[in-house]
Order: sequence, then structure tokens, then C-alpha cells
Amino acid sequence: MAEEVKKLKVTIDNITLEVPQGTTILQAARMVGGDVVPPAMCYYTKLEGSGGKCRTCLVEVSKGSEADPRPMPKLVVSCRTGVMDGMEVKNITSPKVKEARNGVVEFLLLNHPLDCPVCDQAGECHLQDLGYEHGKQGTRYEFKRRTFDKHDLGPYIQLHMTRCILCYRCVITADQLTEKRVHGILSRGDHAEIATYIEKSLDNNFIGNVIDVCPVGALTDKTFRFKNRVWFTKPVNAHRECSCCSGKVTLWQRGEEVLRVTARKDQWGEVEEWICNECRFEKKKTTDWVIEGPTHVSRHSVISQGHYENMVKPKETFSAVHDGRKPKLLMDIHSVSEVNDPSIDLSEIQGPATGAVFNHPKQKA
Amino acid sequence: MAKKLLLEKAHVEGIRYYDVYRREGGYAAVEKALKMDTGAVVEEVKKSGLRGRGGAGFPAGMKWSFLAKPEGVPRYLVCNADESEPGTFKDRYLMEVLPHLLIEGLIISSYALGSNITYIYIRGEYAWIVAILEQAISEAKENGFLGKNILGSGFDCEIYVQRGAGAYICGEETALIESLEGKRGNPRIKPPFPAVKGLWDCPTVVNNVETIAAVVPIMNMGGEAYSEIGVGRSTGTKLISACGNINKPGVYEIDMTISVEEFIYSEEYCGGIPNGKKLKACIPGGSSVPILPANLLLKTAKGETRYMNYESLSDGGFATGSMMGSGGFIVLDEDQCIVRNTLTLARFYRHESCGQCSPCREGTGWMEKILNKIEYGKGEMSDIDLLWDIQRKIEGNTICPLGDAAAWPVAAAIRHFRDEFEWHINNRELSQTQNYGLAHYADPIHVPEQVNA
Repeated sequence: MAEEVKKLKVTIDNITLEVPQGTTILQAARMVGGDVVPPAMCYYTKLEGSGGKCRTCLVEVSKGSEADPRPMPKLVVSCRTGVMDGMEVKNITSPKVKEARNGVVEFLLLNHPLDCPVCDQAGECHLQDLGYEHGKQGTRYEFKRRTFDKHDLGPYIQLHMTRCILCYRCVITADQLTEKRVHGILSRGDHAEIATYIEKSLDNNFIGNVIDVCPVGALTDKTFRFKNRVWFTKPVNAHRECSCCSGKVTLWQRGEEVLRVTARKDQWGEVEEWICNECRFEKKKTTDWVIEGPTHVSRHSVISQGHYENMVKPKETFSAVHDGRKPKLLMDIHSVSEVNDPSIDLSEIQGPATGAVFNHPKQKA
Repeated sequence: MAKKLLLEKAHVEGIRYYDVYRREGGYAAVEKALKMDTGAVVEEVKKSGLRGRGGAGFPAGMKWSFLAKPEGVPRYLVCNADESEPGTFKDRYLMEVLPHLLIEGLIISSYALGSNITYIYIRGEYAWIVAILEQAISEAKENGFLGKNILGSGFDCEIYVQRGAGAYICGEETALIESLEGKRGNPRIKPPFPAVKGLWDCPTVVNNVETIAAVVPIMNMGGEAYSEIGVGRSTGTKLISACGNINKPGVYEIDMTISVEEFIYSEEYCGGIPNGKKLKACIPGGSSVPILPANLLLKTAKGETRYMNYESLSDGGFATGSMMGSGGFIVLDEDQCIVRNTLTLARFYRHESCGQCSPCREGTGWMEKILNKIEYGKGEMSDIDLLWDIQRKIEGNTICPLGDAAAWPVAAAIRHFRDEFEWHINNRELSQTQNYGLAHYADPIHVPEQVNA
């Protein structure tokens, strides 16, 4: 039954390639790779029906197809537009696309709080990347941004709706991965929000995956919140025998400590295999896992600054030159520092930290 | 007196009920159509040149012929009665006064399209009309025009009325279908179009109330005769719901050969502007079409008279023209403030944006805030250019036409009334107590002389 799959010829930014029927422009661009790949904030290969909402992947179709060479009148969303034979697409070669994308980035950041310094997603945030690559330095928005209260969705997930860009990924994930979806979008327009309507916890065994699909820091892992910056942690691939999922994960370690467990993600930031809540939230010991080796991190990512791959651990020379004597702690910096106190949760204070914040507990002590 | 096709019998007492409607020649079109071949009915509608009355003006017969007809898959006809465009109330009048005309049109259209289950999706706020329609449906059913084997033709049809929950966005056909399926009314991403994958993934046609109603006179008089009424590609008659600063607001049926000036000032229609005021501007086709100043409304940029039809109203494109739209004719006199009017519209679109795609969700709110600033005397010159840039980045970049509909009024207001915006910004305090007035907006436009080649 080796039926000949019809190949379609498509040209993206003057690069011609052949793709099977049913491929979207975005998928074709990903086959080319590099700069011609449009950014995608809402599209997710594994989620049926996702995409088309964020409008960052807009491209210009300058030639519809061989049969109908008329250009498409509007910019189209590459994630949901199928390739036609002989289609010519302009992404980075089209000034129209660049301008529209610029606008979309500005719109997406309009109501975003830009609280990256205290956001757990910083460093692996798609909106950060998007803003960095396609945005402008300043905003022209001078009004109050819309805000929401933080919500706990069950014991493991926190929803910080203010950061949300309404990509609908988590809703579709819950819809397709779990049996009964209990959260969705309430209200409309710029006050639309992800919610469970009546305060309900998300307790399905696979619901943790909504954290992985979230492109921003709107859904965060409560077992990891404020524990560490991702670029200080070391991602390693690991697996375990799990009764309900593949058990293939990425562990995010600091030293020997497992700070966070996530599903493995491909080069587009998409989950390879969904993992269950038990693997994600409960197995936080190195002994729970069989470690395979460091995860490959793109050199464009800030996480790669740790150079975890092919790392050679430097030999500990201190003991050798000191006749086997271990280094001695001379002074605990926290006992003398005026501005550093690990017992204070910086996320709990209003505004930037000042001397007054640290003085208080010191005086008590 | 212009020829009336839809509202001819509107003033007959008791026309809302079956007996009177039948006595006045109602349901004759159904009897005629069910004896014809389904293809022939579609052909008649095609010949008539009937264009969709919901706003886009797409030829109805063409839309019908696009309907996919795979074997063993049901097809649906959905009547779009979610009339929520500010300034438009023609369908409301039609359904209140002549419910049987709509039911009759629906039976014929369902027969032509092969839809055995037909829905009327009605705006949630039209709660009392639901009762009127349901009564009409049960009357039609009692008399054998609905149900199994209608008039012995072997064609079965049921009509159900579904109430919306009060969302403008559900007037967009794919959002309407989502809402009808019981989901959140978010527009779908096209393609696939409803003609291929619509209601419950089956081929679906969504038509406006007036379009469906117009099928009745087409069947009665024949497509050929219908196409002779009107002018050019604007065939038949159109219901216009006129409101604003006019002496006689209401729903009028016009045959698209009268000029805009005649429509506003003649006693037969709007009856002029009250209190001897002057015309300043007009939104000729429902809130989302571009607003036009008086001089461009009555005459095109070429100096020709502008008529009330699809082509003439859109003459000059968006630079100097507008659109027929849904027929919500809003007249503004010299006392009206364009900035305030634009703010009102921007507030409406912000409120009604579904929030699915980012340009519309964020952009509509942003535009409203800036307009609010200008209206209340806090605006700056750069705000006008910013508004222009925002609307340009919304238009065409959204999933559904709501983004365009939100961008066009703002664009047109700035394009034609920039002086008034600037006056608001330069005279911050004065603008809070006084209006810009008519200014030069009614002055005749200079038409450059043409060189005859």
C-alpha cells in the first residue's frame, strides 16, 4: 500500500521546497528552518484546532498556486493555511508582514505586565523571544494595564491571568488530554480570562501539561515558583517507569537537587510526549530518575549560558594543595549584609526592595 | 411611490397571523416552488441577482451554488436574525410584522438547498420576537407547510428558533454556528468555509432575514422580473432602517434608484432634518461602514449624484465613498460631535470584541481609550496619528470582519473629519462646552476638470 503521496512545490522567501499534501505554510517553513520560520504563539502541532489566534505568524501569499496565481488579498495565518502547489510565500522578505507583525507584538505586549524580573517563565518565555526579535523598544501605550487577581488552580498550578495572552492552548490541551475540562474562557474582549467559573481545582492526572504549553508565565508550577531562575538550572533528560505516561522528562537541576520536572520539548518549544502529574510534581529526587544526559539547549537560549553540554567538571584543587584539608567557611555573608536576607520573599513585598525591607527582621533578631 | 415587495402587505391588519397572510396571497410562492426542481429554484435566485442583505452584499444565488453536496451528509440552512449592528433594525421590523414572510422564504430556501432542519438564530435581546416566530411556525405546521411531506412533495422540513445570549459577534456566520452548536461564540478560522464545513461539520448556508424574505417575491414574480427592479447589480428592493436626526425615523423599503438626497429630504422617506438644522454627516449602512461628510454623501468625488444602492454608495472606495452595509442609515446634524460619535462606536466594538485574536482584542480597547482622552479634552496631536496607525494594524489582520468593522469608523472619521479632531485637541476647554459645528463639511467639493482625451 505504498501510495504515492502527492508532493507540492512551495516557495518561501525565495527558497523552494517540496512538501506533502496537507502541510501548512508554517510547517513548510519549519522544514526550511532558520529565519524564515514565522513565530507562533498560539499554534501547537500536537493540539488539534490550535492556532490562528495570536496573528504573529501572518505571512504574505504573493502567488496563490499554479492553478490560481492571484495573490491572496490579505495576510494569512501561516499556521492554519495549507500549502498549494506552486504557492509563493513571503515572510521576512515582505515589508507588509514585518509591519503587521510589529503591530501584533505591540498589541500582545499592551496589557502584559512586563514583570519578567519576578516571572518564573523568564528565560524560556516565548513572548520575551518574540518581543526581542520582532518588537520595538518602547510602547506607545500610556494607560493603565488591565490586571487580574492570582488564582490557584488546585494544589500544583497557579494562574496569573494578568500575564496571559489568550492563546487558548491550555484550554485545548485540557479539552483533548483530559476527560472533563473544567476550565475555559470567561468574558470577552480584553477582559476575557481563563477561569474555572466556580472556584474549582484542576485535578486531572494530565492537567500539569497546561504549564508546559503556556507560552508565557500565566500558568506556573507551584512546586517551582520562585525557587530559581531557569538559566541557573541545568536541564537533563531522564526517565522512569511510569504506569500512566511515557516517563520521559527533562529534570531541571541545581547541583544534585531536582527543582523542576517538565516534559521534553523540541526545538520549537513544543512538548514531545505528555507527562502525568505524578512524574511532574511528586518525583523530585534524583534517585527517582534514570538520568540520560544533558538536554540539548539551543545556543540562542539564555539557558545555554550555563554550558551544561559537554561540560568537563574542573578538578577540585583546593584539597590537593592543602594536604586534604577541606575549605573552611570564614564568614556567612547573610549575618553581616544589610541588603541580603534569604528569609525575605522578594515577591511578597510591594515595589522594589529597599533597606527598610531588610532592616526590620534584623532588628528583631 | 416606489414599488414595495417585502412590506407591501405590512399594514394589513392581522397580517402577523396565518389566516390573514394566506388570504393576502401568502404561501403561494411555496406552492409554486415545491412543484419546481430544486436546481431551478436556485437558478431563479441566481437570475434575480439578489445580493446578501446582511452587509457584505455577496450574491445569494452564488452562495447557494457553492454549497457542497456530499452523499449522506445533512445540509443546513441557518437564518441569521442576530441583528445587532447599531443603527440597523430592519430585520426586527420584518419579523415582528411579517413573520410568515420569513417562514415562507425559509421553506423555499430549505427546499432549494435540501435542508431538512433549518434554524433561525435570533438575537437574545429580541425575546418577544421569538414568541411571534414560534407562533408563526406552529401555524404553518398546522396548515401543512412544515413537517413531513410538505404539500405532498416528499420534502420534510422543520424550523427551530434559537436565541442568542446577547453578543454582537454571533452575527458573524461562523461565530453564529459555534454558538448554535452550544459553544462559546468565537469566529472560526476560514477556510473551511461554512458551505463545506459549517454546523456540526456539515455544509451550511447562513443567510440574513431580509435575504430569505426576498426569496418570496422572487418566486412569485420570477427571477427575471425581480432583476429588472433596481439598477445595475443592485437588484430588487432594500429595507433601510433610518435613524438619527431625521423627522421620520423608521424602516423604509426602497428600490435603489433614488438618490441619497431624496431619501433624506423627501416627505415619503426621512422627511428632512428636524428644527431646520443642516446635515453634517451620515453613516449610510450600519455603524461599521465609513462615515461620510454631507458633501461626499450627496455627491461623489466626481461630482455625480450619489444614489442609494450598492455601487453608488461605495463609489470612490473608502477614500471618498462608503458602503451599503446592512442598511442602518444614521443621520447626524450640525449639532453632533464626530469625536463623540466615534468614541461611542469604538466603545461598542471594544465591548463586543470576542477576545480571540490579539489585534482586535487589544487594539479596540486602545482606540477607545485614546478617543476618550481626546473627547474629554486631554488629547494631543500625536494621538491622531497613533489612532490611524492602530486602526491600520487591526484592519485585515484579524480572524473575522469585526476587526475591520472596528477599524473603519475610526479611519473614516479621521480621514474626513481630521479638522474636528485637531480642533478638539487645540481647544481643550472650549471643546468641553461647545461643538465644532458644521464647519465646511457641507461645502461643495471642487471637482477638477477632466481633460477629454
